[in-house]
Amino acid sequence: MSFVPAPVARQPWQMLLPLIFLVGFGALVLFSASGGSWQPYAASHLVRFGVFLAMATVMTLFSPSLVKMAAYPIYVVVLLLLVLVEAMGFVGGGSQRWLNLGFIQLQPSELMKPAIVLALARFYGDLPVGMVPTWRSLVPATVLIMLPVGLVLLQPDLGTSLAILFGGGLVMFLAGLPMRWFAMLGAAGAVLAPVAFFFGLKPYQQRRVTTFLDPENDPLGSGYHITQSKIAIGSGGITGKGFNEGSQSHLNYLPEPHTDFVFATMAEEWGFLGGMLIIAIFAIILRWGLNVARNSPDRFSKLLAAGMTATIFFYVAINLMMVMGLAPVVGIPLPFVSHGGSSMMTNMICIGSLMMVYRWNRQARPGGLLH
Amino acid sequence: MILGKNRRREHVTATTLDTAFTRRSFAIAAGMGGIGTLLAARMGYIAIAENEKYELESESNRVNLSLIPPRRGWLLDRNGAPLASNRADFRVDVIPDRLADSEATIARLGEILGLGDAQIADINQRIEESPGFQPVEVATGLDYEQFAAISVRLPDMHGVVPQRGFSRFYPTGPAVGHLVGYVGPANAEEYDEQDRNPLLITPGYKIGKDGLEKVFEQELRGIPGARRVEVTASGRIVRDLETREDVQGDPIHLTIDGPLQDYAARRIGLESGSVVVMDCETGDILCMASMPSFDPNSFSAGIGRVEYAMLRDDERVPLRNKVLKGLYPPGSTVKPMHSMAFLQAGVDPNHTITCGGGVRVGNRFFNCWGNHGQVNMAKGIYQSCDSYYYRIAQEVGFEKVAEFAKTLGLGKQFDLPVLSQFYGTVPSPTWLEQKYDRAWQSYDTVNSSIGQGYYLTNPLQLAVMSARLATGNHVQPRLNRAVKPSAFHMANFRDDHVEYVRQAMSDVVNGPGTAGRARLPFDDILMAGKTGTAQVVSLSKSDGKSGPWKYRDHGLFVFFAPFDKPKYAGVVVIEHGGGSGSAYPIARDVMTFMFDPAKGMEALHALEKQWGGTAQERLTAKYAAYAAAAGEAVPPAPSRVEDIADLVEAEARVDARQSEEIADDVIAPRSEANPRAEGPPPDAAGTATGAGNFAAPAPSPSPSPAPSPAAGTGPAR
Repeated sequence: MSFVPAPVARQPWQMLLPLIFLVGFGALVLFSASGGSWQPYAASHLVRFGVFLAMATVMTLFSPSLVKMAAYPIYVVVLLLLVLVEAMGFVGGGSQRWLNLGFIQLQPSELMKPAIVLALARFYGDLPVGMVPTWRSLVPATVLIMLPVGLVLLQPDLGTSLAILFGGGLVMFLAGLPMRWFAMLGAAGAVLAPVAFFFGLKPYQQRRVTTFLDPENDPLGSGYHITQSKIAIGSGGITGKGFNEGSQSHLNYLPEPHTDFVFATMAEEWGFLGGMLIIAIFAIILRWGLNVARNSPDRFSKLLAAGMTATIFFYVAINLMMVMGLAPVVGIPLPFVSHGGSSMMTNMICIGSLMMVYRWNRQARPGGLLH
Repeated sequence: MILGKNRRREHVTATTLDTAFTRRSFAIAAGMGGIGTLLAARMGYIAIAENEKYELESESNRVNLSLIPPRRGWLLDRNGAPLASNRADFRVDVIPDRLADSEATIARLGEILGLGDAQIADINQRIEESPGFQPVEVATGLDYEQFAAISVRLPDMHGVVPQRGFSRFYPTGPAVGHLVGYVGPANAEEYDEQDRNPLLITPGYKIGKDGLEKVFEQELRGIPGARRVEVTASGRIVRDLETREDVQGDPIHLTIDGPLQDYAARRIGLESGSVVVMDCETGDILCMASMPSFDPNSFSAGIGRVEYAMLRDDERVPLRNKVLKGLYPPGSTVKPMHSMAFLQAGVDPNHTITCGGGVRVGNRFFNCWGNHGQVNMAKGIYQSCDSYYYRIAQEVGFEKVAEFAKTLGLGKQFDLPVLSQFYGTVPSPTWLEQKYDRAWQSYDTVNSSIGQGYYLTNPLQLAVMSARLATGNHVQPRLNRAVKPSAFHMANFRDDHVEYVRQAMSDVVNGPGTAGRARLPFDDILMAGKTGTAQVVSLSKSDGKSGPWKYRDHGLFVFFAPFDKPKYAGVVVIEHGGGSGSAYPIARDVMTFMFDPAKGMEALHALEKQWGGTAQERLTAKYAAYAAAAGEAVPPAPSRVEDIADLVEAEARVDARQSEEIADDVIAPRSEANPRAEGPPPDAAGTATGAGNFAAPAPSPSPSPAPSPAAGTGPAR
């Protein structure tokens, strides 16, 4: 033990090793998705992971007070960026989701996913305990959530706004708000969902939902994606067709084989076993994340860690449900496997935050793990 | 333990919240685990339980199995030269179901290929009527540049299928149109009938639609090949996986003599008619030409509206096979056959009658076309004296004559690989009683004895009659060389009778007969024959030589050669040719070509110079002129070629009945062609009449109407 330097040894390797393995595996899948080449996906995937892992490591050094202090400013900045994107889209004509910063295409809506968790954790962390069951705990949080959700919906980006809603909602749930509020919300949602479907969604979004319910009805339109994805996963069998042997992805039957449908690309070549491996690794990471939350000494850390974990989970769950035909096609990539800078950044921010909380936990109870 | 420590440190309300957090985070963990389990189960279900299904779908995505249409068997003439062959070419089809915007795509293709408005209208109509999954041909015979131009634009044009393939090629075009028929894509009914054979909806695959192509469909079809290729989602072929070559269909060897068929068709020239030549010894049909005709090469995609309108408006019915479906009163061409019937009945050939411009039969006087004085059987034949036949037929009784006519093939169908043949009629007292419930009158004998009245024959029957008469054998016509010729039954004719008739028929041409100009330009080969001029309307309507084309007399000529040892026999029938003078020069040239092709061609080239090109060239020019005049205003053709065939057949039947309108009255015989034109002078009597009316039986087309059948009047019929 002693020959491992302390800063290295105190990293949460029980999570990091599976994560690195997952990213490496993702790079292999991307290698195959580009027809057996490191370019253009696999190499940049690894490079980005490296960069963002470094960023995450730096994040672990932040102190709780610093993070708490920065929580609202970060939220406000990201919210302003969202407004800016909306304004630019309005001026430029046509919707736009990103800001071109020269070196990176920044999607503020991606940043909002961890930012909302951070802001809400800060809000509930500071909220006097006695106010939790009152309206004063509900209204500000709701406003915090609905502002970005509304802005993202305007883009329009249903998937991301749902992710923000989910992350924020989950923090509120864990913050101990009265259970009956959630029950009421559920009831209201059940009533309002059809209304939202018919009046709130754009026709193409409605079509995605109807197509999801009956993909064979539109085999060459939007249903094509789901059908081809299921064919890719199904034809992989238990052990898959072999590395670089996937016909669905290589012959372009599978749409977006390197982003949204990367899991199908993987499953075709690695089969059920590859799928189980990925699900297991996510289970390890998410379980570690929840443990970090439970082991936290204060509400802010608890809520921050749980919210970050939930954000990652939301990505994973929606993406996998989508590629297996259990959810409509909403355009959410698979964390750490799909190619794409924004999603990698968001997920690494989540991981970084978790690692940061993990370090706080260790500092709060030195030797706590050893009793 | 850890939580326990926390609880001690926090105060009570915070503890409640903490407990809530713990509980709720467990609930969330359970939810996550549940969803994870659900996903794992779902994946197991798709990848393991349904693996087989999806593997199949993945394979059917990846592998594209395309049938290679088999090359059709060739149709060969008696010397092995192709009448129908295949030509490698580039073609383009569209599959209507896969077209995003059919009109726009077709317009685009039309631009690349330079198609005319009418052609585009035809294609659009076919697409509209297509069941969708069946390919519709856009064009064949593309050059490589056009093919390449379409191929590179494929990503923008879904449902367009350019490919290399083979298309049917008929080297002599219109000359064989009626005989071999044509090919075309299978229609929806044919696809259903043949158990939805995927071959029938393979782009570029054609089946026989008419004539020999249809009759020999099974033999000609062959076995399709198959090609398995790996394709991308956009249809690009990545690599060939496996290819099985097609097996070409069997060739069909015909008895047709290709060059003769072509020659005869061209020699008919501007007239409308048919030529049949048979081999007397084997029954082989050497030539079955029917003109005007259509070019089967241009029918392969279906019949275009302009072409159809042009053929439809032509009163010479180019869509009808006149050899089998043209029925004509045989006129005097049956006289040698009737003579043989008389001989069989015991009539002495030297027995004479007196023709005084006619003869009294019963208590009525019936006119002859001339005044022939003393007439025996030979003179009855070579001078075509009607009186002789009025009188002798009356004596023998027409029932007997009719029986004999049937044994020579009139009123019969033959065992030939053709789609349909018309029977025609050999009138007899029994038949008349049955059919019209009327007693046989003396004028019925008179009319029938000279091949008029209810008499109706098709050219093939007349050719068979000629062959049987010439040889004294029951010659059976044969078209497929694979059918073994059986030894013919002897017809039970006495040799001296056969020779008598042969001599008299030779005299028609080479002696003092009615067709002196039909003499062959050889010293050692003499052709025998018999002229015939068949009236179609009463004398009050037309004199048969001028006036509306429809009312003119048919010109007929039956022949065989050499007269003393018959090898070839045949017939020429010229519809509304104005008399036999339109027919026998054609027979002369066809037989000249038979024995000396160079000499025959010389005569033809001179004529074609006058006519303005070969039959094919004239058809092409006519099409161009018609298309230019009609433009896009042409109504579409029926989409099913079967409908067209039915229509043609129905009209043929109506037309055939035309001459029966005058059958219930006495015929007033027309003059026969000039017997004095060549050869020794005939007996003085009566020939002047003929000379006056038909001084120059040269094949001049001048009396026929101009060959532009009312482009302006449009397809009113």
